Amino acid sequence: MYYAATAAILVTMALALTRALLGPTVYDRVLAVNMFGTKTVLLVSIVAFLSGRPDFLDLALAYALINFVGVLAVLAFFQKKRHYERPR
Amino acid sequence: MVTLFGLVLLTLLVVTAVAIVITPNLFVAVMLMSIFSLLMAATFFILDAADVALTEAAIGAGMSTILFLSALALLAEREQRSPGRKWLPIAVVALTTLTLIYATFDKPRLGDPSAPVHQHVAPWYLEQSPVLMEMSNVVTAVLAGFRAYDTLGEVLVILTAGLGVMLILANGRPERSRQGSAPVAGGLRHHLVPRVVGQLLIPFIVLFGLYLQFHGEFGPGGGFQAGAIIAVGIVLHSLLEGEAAGRAILPTRVLVGLMTGGALLFCAVGIAGMLLGGNFLDYAVLAVDPVAGQQLGIHLVEAGVGITVTSTLVAAFHAFADREPAA
Amino acid sequence: MIVDVLSFVMLALGGFFVFMGGLGALRLPDLYTRMHAASLTDSLGTILTLGGIMLQSGWSLATVKLLTILFFLMLTGPTASYALANAALLSAHDPGAGTAPATET
Repeated sequence: MYYAATAAILVTMALALTRALLGPTVYDRVLAVNMFGTKTVLLVSIVAFLSGRPDFLDLALAYALINFVGVLAVLAFFQKKRHYERPR
Repeated sequence: MVTLFGLVLLTLLVVTAVAIVITPNLFVAVMLMSIFSLLMAATFFILDAADVALTEAAIGAGMSTILFLSALALLAEREQRSPGRKWLPIAVVALTTLTLIYATFDKPRLGDPSAPVHQHVAPWYLEQSPVLMEMSNVVTAVLAGFRAYDTLGEVLVILTAGLGVMLILANGRPERSRQGSAPVAGGLRHHLVPRVVGQLLIPFIVLFGLYLQFHGEFGPGGGFQAGAIIAVGIVLHSLLEGEAAGRAILPTRVLVGLMTGGALLFCAVGIAGMLLGGNFLDYAVLAVDPVAGQQLGIHLVEAGVGITVTSTLVAAFHAFADREPAA
Repeated sequence: MIVDVLSFVMLALGGFFVFMGGLGALRLPDLYTRMHAASLTDSLGTILTLGGIMLQSGWSLATVKLLTILFFLMLTGPTASYALANAALLSAHDPGAGTAPATET
């Protein structure tokens, strides 16, 4: 059953990547990257458990924290850019 | 099974790489670079290289994306195509690719015990780490102990990069916004929900970074990963509260002091080894018991690495984020 | 025995919801509908998958680490979706259905 869950997560990662490639607006791509990040956390958790080494779960924890900061950074800089591009 | 997962991840990697090269919009390219880093981290993880995967995730998908975004906020979004002949670069790249693919035909299979890389020093390190250093993470033992001279070079490279960025970009005093209360100085201050949740997370991020720093002897971790994660925590604070608050907490003087202090700590450990009768970076003479000496030396050296990496990444972020785009 | 069956079911459901989220993010017509699919299935899929693994690992350090991961994902997932939707709305991305977009601050 672990293998089936891992396969589902890998397929979802491929779907999220397609959305990142296709998405017409920027926000679609940011959404896809956020989704990709949480799926990576799940993938790493399952594989860490499958290979019987629970100390590899630190990687999943690190990634869960970093993904959030990445999304906030995108939004902060996009806001900055929009402020400067506004017609005066 | 692992091979199948690895193949899927590598296929996605190729697709992402091709998309990064093709797209003319640089913002899209940065987002796809973040996905690329994640795929690399997952691939390293499936191949059982946990330290490398942690470093790739922390630096590639974390700090690198933030630095690219802060640089991109100052520039135009569309790539500027340079006019000129396209066939020469394509020919060079194609020739190099074919040569590299030909060179992989002779590669030993993954994990083959009779491969050349497993024959010379690797078995010695694996046998001697528990004996000489009593450290269960062989990666840290090799990085900070057996090959510490190499790591000293890496720390000096990071220090040079940080100083270079600051010399090129930063002014003596931070730029004041000419429009008054611009979002440059505001950050995400006006957005309540992300601000509250982000502030709640900052101590956990820094604590987790410290955990990785000191736990590096027993599990995946060490100075580089911890430095990147603590830097992400400090940068999160700057993103939420604005640049002025971020600068008030860690002024430029303090950052430069920390950068050089970390590298100096590393060199000081080496010189202390010499003064106590051993060679440069010989840790066995640092304490009465050689094993305790090795562990003390590795702790100090990793602390130096962590301090330098954190302050360099935060200084680079401030150097980019403080500027305003040319009007 | 019952723990095994329960964890089996949770992992299967978790994988199913995660896949549904990916499918929704790809096939739904508009940004806001895709956000709906992605964020809801992220939370649910995470709870089910990590819960299934936690049941398998019993009372150990791994379970504590998995609980911490679950806690952080539950805290940051909805916040990230909120921040993204807020940013999209403020940049006058039309939600459709005749509602007027909010003006920029």
